[in-house]
Amino acid sequence: MTGKAADNSRMRLAGLIRKEVYQIMRDPSAIGIAFLLPVLLLLIFGYGVSLDAEHVPVGIVVEKPSPEATNFTSGFQNNRYFEPIAFDSIQEAEKALMERRVTAIVWTRNNFTKKLLSTSDSPIGVIVNGVDANQARIIKGYIMGVWMRWLDKFARAQGASLNVPVMVKKRIWFNAAVRSRNFLVPGLIAVIMTLIGGMLTSMVVAREWERGTMEALLVTPVRKKEIILGKIIPYFVLGMGGMMLSVIMTVWVFQVPFRGSFIALTFSSALFMLTAIGLGLIISVAAGSQFVAGQIAIVITFLPAFILSGFVFDIGSMPAPIQGITHIVAARYFVSILQTLFLAGDIWHIYIVNWLWLTGMALFFFMVIRRKFHKRLQ
Amino acid sequence: MPPATEVSSESQAQGHVIEADQVTKTFVSARQKIVALDSCSFNTRPGIVTGLIGPDGSGKTTFMRIVSGLLAPDSGTVRVLGMDSVRDYLEVQASVRYMPQRFGLYEDLSVMENLELYSDLLSIPKPERPAVYERLMKMTGLAPFTSRLAGRLSGGMKQKLGLACTLLKPPRLLILDEPTVGVDPVSRRELWEIVYSQVEERQMSVLLSTSYLDEAERCHEVILMHEGHVLGIGDPKGFSKPLQGHCFMLSVPHGQKRRIQAELANMPEVVDSLILGEKIRLVTRDEMDAARVRQEIGILASAGVEASLPRFEDAFIWLLKKRIEEQEGRRVQFKSLEHHKVKGRPDEDIIVVKDLQRRFGDFYAVKGISFSVKRGEIFGLLGANGAGKTTTFRMLCGLLPASGGTLRVAGKDLRKARAEARANVGYMAQKFSLYVDLTVFQNLRFFSSAYGLSGKRQKERIAWALDAFELSDMADSNSGTLPLGFKQRLALAAALMHEPDILFLDEPTSGVDPLARRQFWAHINSLAEAGVTIMVTTHFMEEAEYCDRVVVMKRGAILAAGTPEELKRRYHPPGMENPTMEDAFITLVEMQEQDKATETGQK
Amino acid sequence: MLKRILALTIKEFIAILKNKKSRMVLILPPVAQIIVFGYAASFDLNDVKLGIYNEDPGIASRELIGRFEGSRTFQITEHISSDAQISRLIDLQKVTAVLHFHRDFTRDITRGKPAELQVILDGRNSNTALICLNYIQTIVADFNRQWALEKQGRTAPARLKVRSWFNRMLNSHWFIIPGIVALLTIVVTLEVTALSVCKEREAGTFDQLLVTPMTPFEILVGKSLPGLVIGLVEGTFIILVTVLWFDIPLRGSLVVLYSGLLVFLMSVIGIGIMISSIAVTQQQGLMGAFMFLVPAVVLSGFATPIENMPRLVQDLTLLNPMRYILVIVRSVFLQGASFDLLWTQYVPMALIGVVSLAIAGVLFRKRLY
Repeated sequence: MTGKAADNSRMRLAGLIRKEVYQIMRDPSAIGIAFLLPVLLLLIFGYGVSLDAEHVPVGIVVEKPSPEATNFTSGFQNNRYFEPIAFDSIQEAEKALMERRVTAIVWTRNNFTKKLLSTSDSPIGVIVNGVDANQARIIKGYIMGVWMRWLDKFARAQGASLNVPVMVKKRIWFNAAVRSRNFLVPGLIAVIMTLIGGMLTSMVVAREWERGTMEALLVTPVRKKEIILGKIIPYFVLGMGGMMLSVIMTVWVFQVPFRGSFIALTFSSALFMLTAIGLGLIISVAAGSQFVAGQIAIVITFLPAFILSGFVFDIGSMPAPIQGITHIVAARYFVSILQTLFLAGDIWHIYIVNWLWLTGMALFFFMVIRRKFHKRLQ
Repeated sequence: MPPATEVSSESQAQGHVIEADQVTKTFVSARQKIVALDSCSFNTRPGIVTGLIGPDGSGKTTFMRIVSGLLAPDSGTVRVLGMDSVRDYLEVQASVRYMPQRFGLYEDLSVMENLELYSDLLSIPKPERPAVYERLMKMTGLAPFTSRLAGRLSGGMKQKLGLACTLLKPPRLLILDEPTVGVDPVSRRELWEIVYSQVEERQMSVLLSTSYLDEAERCHEVILMHEGHVLGIGDPKGFSKPLQGHCFMLSVPHGQKRRIQAELANMPEVVDSLILGEKIRLVTRDEMDAARVRQEIGILASAGVEASLPRFEDAFIWLLKKRIEEQEGRRVQFKSLEHHKVKGRPDEDIIVVKDLQRRFGDFYAVKGISFSVKRGEIFGLLGANGAGKTTTFRMLCGLLPASGGTLRVAGKDLRKARAEARANVGYMAQKFSLYVDLTVFQNLRFFSSAYGLSGKRQKERIAWALDAFELSDMADSNSGTLPLGFKQRLALAAALMHEPDILFLDEPTSGVDPLARRQFWAHINSLAEAGVTIMVTTHFMEEAEYCDRVVVMKRGAILAAGTPEELKRRYHPPGMENPTMEDAFITLVEMQEQDKATETGQK
Repeated sequence: MLKRILALTIKEFIAILKNKKSRMVLILPPVAQIIVFGYAASFDLNDVKLGIYNEDPGIASRELIGRFEGSRTFQITEHISSDAQISRLIDLQKVTAVLHFHRDFTRDITRGKPAELQVILDGRNSNTALICLNYIQTIVADFNRQWALEKQGRTAPARLKVRSWFNRMLNSHWFIIPGIVALLTIVVTLEVTALSVCKEREAGTFDQLLVTPMTPFEILVGKSLPGLVIGLVEGTFIILVTVLWFDIPLRGSLVVLYSGLLVFLMSVIGIGIMISSIAVTQQQGLMGAFMFLVPAVVLSGFATPIENMPRLVQDLTLLNPMRYILVIVRSVFLQGASFDLLWTQYVPMALIGVVSLAIAGVLFRKRLY
């Protein structure tokens, strides 16, 4: 008899999944959300989100033209980081800075040539717009680089050498070209899939309630477990499809190196997808109505995944209590896995720690769903 | 007063299908407790159709959900086929099938896919399925449509598919929640035929709920419910039996029916009075004959009085009134409304519709219809869901542009006229659309402001509305939590704040109890007396009886137009005495289909 | 006319604020988010974990390490003794950077030959790596100057003095937190407006509204006012937290700030009501709001600068009201900017608002369904 019961259960589950597949095929919005949306968001955001400052408009003020000054300022031309704009006076340049027409000013004073090499007082002034502190810091670094290179060349040309006690030699691992896209785009996958998972599932369960079909399902001999699985399996497959599409785009369109293994990627994605779908299901089961479900989904998926996942903002630098909060954001673990997987290759220790967290979260979510979802109405 | 009805049928100690014992269920929403079922006890017998009869909010759906194991009662027990509905709900669900309201179909799945899904859920072995499907498709007449999406089916076909899904594995108990709502009369009749065939062939027990009182008479046994209470249980004929000799049809001079009916309604010796086309139906408190009616009731001295058979609805009204009188110690009174006398020539055409069309894509929802409504008339737009009445209605109110043809309301097209033109039109939307988060008072204040009332006049009108519609006690309640009858009154009050000359009513009484419906029509009748032009849509054929003239719509076209009397005469089912509007409608549809058949045959 | 608008506005307020759930959604998340995000969203690094691989027996390296120990930015967590350890620590993210001092470090430096300090950085988050490198270079440059002066009696080459206007310490909180004012205001305002019409359509009350003598313009104004008031109140609250709790300087005038906020709210309300008028159901309204909100936030310049985007995406952001308000809020806060510096930001927002409100008004009646 138990064999027969198992057969029946399998038949019911298969029926539910088949139903969901038909519905997905007929309703273009689900396919749109699962496939089109990630592609679209990844395209826009992938191109749109970058921390690499290029073609920064820099105001150049040469108070008294001299061969050296011209030589120095020409360092800003033919340089992909800068877009030099000449100004006749510092006042004009400062006005341009106020009006955000230039982001920085390089100003060679009239005693430029004389003071070169002679004192530690620099004969040039640099002003950056510090409103965007991060960009300002990066631009500051660029300008200092130009200055140091020119100084070195200048000293050599004079037959002297620059007196630098300690020279920093940098080696940036995993991303030698320091392309911010290489880490932002994998992070975006985590943010986008959080949205997709939450949206797909929070919508579909609420929809069944609203159309009255859930009631009809509940009075059949179908079991709770089968209803839950019947929802998870199709949307899991759908979500994984969207995920794979995103990964392919990341590698082919955005040229992010893929150094890890496919197995690790699949396994991690699957785990993450489960947490995202689990969260979506909890929202829709707890909320009851489509409307409240949607509102909750907005509040607890997008902004936390955007700000607290470590996708742009470094988690290690947040105050301890905030770091604690980031632990309940599933995207955080997936961001960590993806950044390692794409850029560093398989580092199993990092995977395992994050997998454990994700597994824990997924289990917790499904436990809550089992508790909260009843075959009986309230 | 007739003796109390012998309502409890002979109880069988053994073999009850449902045994409900002191079942109570309350819901808490927005800090308000709503008692859905209040210590209900009764049993139902096997192999028959048991009807749960009552208006919306009487507890029918709650009870059905408890029986099918979807809800647990707060207290009391329900045993279904000998099993406890709470403890053994999985076993209950294995032998009971339940069709919820709106039929529980997946509209984006085809007919066959819906059947396959439910076959999987009910574990019907694959080899057996073709035979089962064939039988059901033949029974429901859905065979030509198996690959059509359920959402594309008509209301009647959806309902039959829903039924087919519950009959895949014939259950011992079949539960149908409002299976006939929004379905045209022909489909309703077909559904009943299927249900009866199941009962007869398989000795199936059926529990069915409906708010159509005329359907009660088709049940073997009915349970009459009102606000969570069981008013009575028994053979439907048994309910009306005590009213034998209390019922009369009155013929009154033309143009007087409303005035006379309004007077009759509040007389102590009258249980019920109802306008039926040109006639008035009267139910008296005491048994009497026609002569005595004329003698005792002064205003009927010169009226034609004819004895009539009691109907189920008469009994329901009588039981309801009795209950209210016992509980609240007051007589039920129907109030009329004061309204300023509308100026202008009577018989002037107020609403004129010519060749009106409305297209959605390549689907014609309204296919070039024409009619006109005179001042002071109650004009009915009849038809099942999807017949095109609401589309027509929305075009008249200026809510939807017409694709073709012309329409005039008081000489203007409301869609194009200046906003002020809408100031003499009142509108009551389907489902009593009010702001549920606002209190009764706030709703009235908002709508009166929206119509431009302010200051003293606004205060006066709000006070009038609270008084005339007996809403004073509820002024500070959230309108979302009001019982349906109150919502309907509030909606009408909101539509009348600015004393409009024209009133549009969309399905104004669907789901409310018969007493509330009578009160509603008492209000409307008094408005019509004052010269207000009233346009009403309804899918209740019986409601057409209140109208001066009606048009019957089907699939976007007008099937017939005229006074209710004319229609009943013209489409008189052969061999039937006193046909109702519904009988006339069915005859009309059948005649039309025959015409079509002969037409195509000739071609 | 004013009376009718007022009546509608009061009705909207009651509907929004009466329901406990919707009250909570409006109040709780913004309060929690300004605090959490205010602390979380920053590009500045604290407690960067540093590994030291010192093969140099001399004093120069120890002196330089001392400077790192004294820095608040860095935290030396690992002392390494082999090359293999470097890759292990970096792979496992135990440290963000490793400073490698070669055996000849002190010898080179005392001989006046540039001593090489190798810095190995985890580039998985290249932005963190760059910032970290920047900090390291600053410390090394300071060390160089002092060493040259004290130990060698020479001057180091002229070092660039870079002045940062408006944010002298380059504190990125100053940049991000005023941005949160715009971020949370847009979320709340959309929540209030994006459902205002489709909710009524679904309930059937919108028909009821349309058959009254109210004009679309009156309905539009009546529906906009609650969003405007709620947006202003929440915006004010967040501005107060920004100034009083996070100590961000507010250098410009409140008039400039609030007129920016007002125009911004108008544009967001316009978009919200437009979405709501296009949608047939609340579900669609919610999805529409979401589909607008996500790109509006990501492509606003809130976290990553618009200047870094490709031309096409930059052009796309011209339709995003959040892009303009971010400039206004940040300029007023940090730069003390006035109208004549910012009018180019007001105009496009106002245009977006007017156009979207007009579309919404037309859709009230023209909507086919």
